[in-house]
Order: sequence, then C-alpha cells, then structure tokens
Amino acid sequence: MSSITSNLAAPTSPFRSFLQRTGERTERALFYVGGISDLAVQTVREAVRGPIESRLVIAQFEQVGVRSLSIVVITSLFIGMVLALQTAYSLEAFGVKMFIGKVVSLSLVRELGPVLMSLMVGGRVGAGIAAEIGTMKVTEQIDALRAMATSPVRKLVVPKVLATTIMFPVMTVVSIFIGILGGWLIAVANLHLPGNFYMRSVVETVHYNDLASGLGKTFFFGFAVGLIACYNGLRTSGGADGVGRATTVTVVMGAITVLILDFFLTKLFLLAF
Amino acid sequence: MTDLPIADRRAEPRGTDRRRTTREPFVEFQNVAKAYGPKQVLRDANLTVYRGEVLVILGGSGSGKSVTLRHMLGLEAPDSGRIIVEEEDITDLPEQELYRVRKKFGMLFQSAALFDSMSVFENIAFPLREHTEMSEEEIARAVREKLELVNLHHAEQLMPVSLSGGMRKRVGLARAIVLDPKMILYDEPTTGLDPITGQVINELIIDLQSKLNVTSVVVTHDIHSAFSVGDRIAFLNHGTFEWIGTMDQARVSDDSDLRAFLKASAVTAAQPEMKRPGEAVSD
Repeated sequence: MSSITSNLAAPTSPFRSFLQRTGERTERALFYVGGISDLAVQTVREAVRGPIESRLVIAQFEQVGVRSLSIVVITSLFIGMVLALQTAYSLEAFGVKMFIGKVVSLSLVRELGPVLMSLMVGGRVGAGIAAEIGTMKVTEQIDALRAMATSPVRKLVVPKVLATTIMFPVMTVVSIFIGILGGWLIAVANLHLPGNFYMRSVVETVHYNDLASGLGKTFFFGFAVGLIACYNGLRTSGGADGVGRATTVTVVMGAITVLILDFFLTKLFLLAF
Repeated sequence: MTDLPIADRRAEPRGTDRRRTTREPFVEFQNVAKAYGPKQVLRDANLTVYRGEVLVILGGSGSGKSVTLRHMLGLEAPDSGRIIVEEEDITDLPEQELYRVRKKFGMLFQSAALFDSMSVFENIAFPLREHTEMSEEEIARAVREKLELVNLHHAEQLMPVSLSGGMRKRVGLARAIVLDPKMILYDEPTTGLDPITGQVINELIIDLQSKLNVTSVVVTHDIHSAFSVGDRIAFLNHGTFEWIGTMDQARVSDDSDLRAFLKASAVTAAQPEMKRPGEAVSD
C-alpha cells in the first residue's frame, strides 16, 4: 500500500519531468534576458548621468580596436579573396566576370563585413571582457568596488560597452576596406581584370544607403556584445571554473545574438533605406 | 577552563578605557534571515554593534559570518528582518542610496580584494580619487600616511601579484581606512597567514583601533585572533547569534556550543602537527 501511495505521489512521469525541465529552462532564460535588460538600462542611465571617465574609455578603445586590428585585417583580406574567387567561378558561367567588383563590394558592405567582423571581434573582445570581469567577481574585486561606494556599472561596464559600440563600426570600415582590397588582388592577379576597372565598379556600386545599412547594424552588435560580456562577467560564480563558463557562454551568446539581430536589423534597414 | 584561550595581546588588556566604547548602537540586526537556495544561512539573527567597540563574530566555516558582514555593508539584502546603521534603516535602500551609507565603512576582504591592474599606491589612492577632490599631492601624502600606519611605506610601487599574503592584507587594510571610516569590517583577517604574520595583523588591528577610534567588527574562526583584538564576542551558530558577551564572559560561558567551539579551536591551535587518524585528542 505504501509503495502505491509513494508511486502516486512521485512526479516522475517522463512527460511531467519534461514539462518541469522546460519550465525551469524557460524561467532561467527569462531571468537571463531580464538581467541583461536591467543592466542595459543601468548602463545607459550611468552613461547619460556621467561623468564618463575618458581615460578608461580610451583604454578600452585600444583593447577593443587597436588590439583587434590584426585579426580583422587577416580575416577580412582572406574573406575578400575567397569571395572574389567564388564569385568569379559563378559569374564566369554567365560570361559576366567583370561584375565581380560589384558583387564583392556589395556583399562586403551590406552583410559580410559587418557580420563577420562582429563575430570575430565579438568573440575575441567578449571573451576578454567576460574573463576580466568574471575574475574580478570571484576574487571579490567587484564587491570591493561596491564596498568603496563605487558603481561597477559606471567604472567597468560603461567604458567597455561604449568602446564596443563605437569601435565595432570603425573596425567594420577597416574590414570592408581590406576585404575589397582582397577582392582586388584576386581580380588583378588571378582573373586578369584591370585594377582600376574593379575599383571603379566598386565606387559606382556602393551607395550611401548600403554603407548606412551595413555600418548602422554594427552599433547594435557592439552594444549587444559588450553588454552580454559584462553581464556574464558580473554574474560569474564558482572560481576558475565559473570564469571559464562565463567566457564560453559569452562567445556563444554573442555570436547567436549578432546573427539574430542581423536578421531583424536587415529587415528594418531594408524598410528604412 | 585551562584549555580555553587566554588573551595574548601585547597592547593593553580589554576592559580598560583604552578606547571610548559606548552603549550607543552603530549597527543593529533585527530578526534578519537570509537563505541561498535551500540553505538557510541566517535565521532570526539579532545583533547590536556599539560605537567604539571591537565585536568579534565567531563561528565555524559556512556559518554565515561573512554573510553578516555583507549585510552590514548592504552588499546583500536580507530576505526578512531589518538592518539599521546609525539609526537609519538601510534594508530596502536602493544601490545608489547605499553608496552614501557604505562611505561610513571600510572593509578588509578575506582575499584583500586588491585591484590586480593597479599598484599598491593606486589601490590605496582609489577611494580618494573616487570620493574626494584632493589634489595628487594631497592624495600621495594621504596614501603614504596610511602605508606608514600598516608598516608598508616601501611597497607603494609594487603590484599586488608580487605581494605576500600578509602584505596584501595590510594593503587592503590601508585602502579600507584611507577615507577615515567610522567602522572597519575585517573578514577573516588572519586566515591563510602564518602565526607570526597573523599576530602582526592582530597587533595592527589593535593599533588602528586605538589610533583611529573607530568601531570594528572582526569575523574570524581563529580564537587567538578573536581574544587578541575583541571587546565582545558574538557566536554565530545555526544561523543565529547564539551567544553574545564579553571576552571574560566567554571564557566562563556555559553555552555548550560555544564551549565546544572554543575548546576545539584551542586544541587545534595547540597541536603543531596533524594527529594520526583515530588518535584521541587529550584534554
């Protein structure tokens, strides 16, 4: 009798445990989104309220921008070259190889430059920010800041988010320029097209609205990546293991967020421009 | 009671008017409860810290000592109960308001919590740059004065990574007192230090107490440290302050848990080597 009662009482049916797990995960996801939204509001509020410490922001510009330059140059150069090769292969079938400059530049300006740069730099910078703040969290340095009546949001989050928001578009410009240069190298050296013809078709093809659409998205990507990295750093717990987890989650969440945001922002900018 | 600790402080003994201890409450805990998930850390905790005294919070690992300190600073909010600081209820204050309250405190963290990216000088200057309009010259003077107090005048340009455990604690202490707080909170000040360095920190606490005339709360499970620096003991057990009294009262207390804790700590401290498994501990 007692075993029947205990079986009835035990919530162990697969469907029930599935619902329970789903419920718990949904709750965690909602808390996560709520936490990030709360941090976003605090960050904007602190940035508006000021004062913003320019010394800290400039240090972050260097961290986000200057130190990411090599990774941006190398990846963009090869993306531009591969894009030119693949485009030439496709266009050759139709005998319109000369349009390669148009296709390469438009792809880079509107989509590939902003998104690939954000994924590359976002991974590098996001992991760095999450590891730095996460380490500060587990070694009580964040608590020390709060104990000394200093806002960690003002001191740490605002400079980092500001730097990612401003530097992502700047790095995208570099990425697009280098990518087009990579395409030019292939066009001239491999496809034997005149160099100035390639460049002229690039200039004629790319309009301001293409640039606005491509660069406009990267402000949002930069803000999101910076915010996600800071949030994951601030909620780190559990020592070195926790820092590793925060870093991994930041890279994954940053990449997913960039790709999802890209879809919606592209829709929005297509309507706007 | 021969195996209970005897105060070995080299400064004047407690109970004299070495400092201006009053019966005016500085911090009060009223029926404070706090849980982390299923673990109830504090339950119905009541405590009063009087202005000018050194209160030692004694208790085992995980008993909620550090959590108590974090509540005093407003770094954690209780699930229920009230926390009063200088007659102001800080329980429900928003973070921005708490910054004003926290300026009354200086805290020495268990790990010292020095900023890795800053030198010793920069670490100590940090609160001054954040909260005062002092010139760089005045800041340098104030930092050197505090470094002098903790006997570290030679270390101002060193980075935290090159400091020993005891030096880190002393730098942490210098940073905690640089804004001349009304109250200093010490979280396990001697944990992880060798006995001699631990004694140096104890003497430093006593020295600062007499020089700065502040209120102090020392969280520790090191009873030698507790009896060296404290005026009163609050024994935290099962989430409540089970026993609160003076050091002399603690020595003759009939609270069985406190006696067991003091006795076990005294025996552990008296054993220079690890006992073999199964070997009885003699009284």
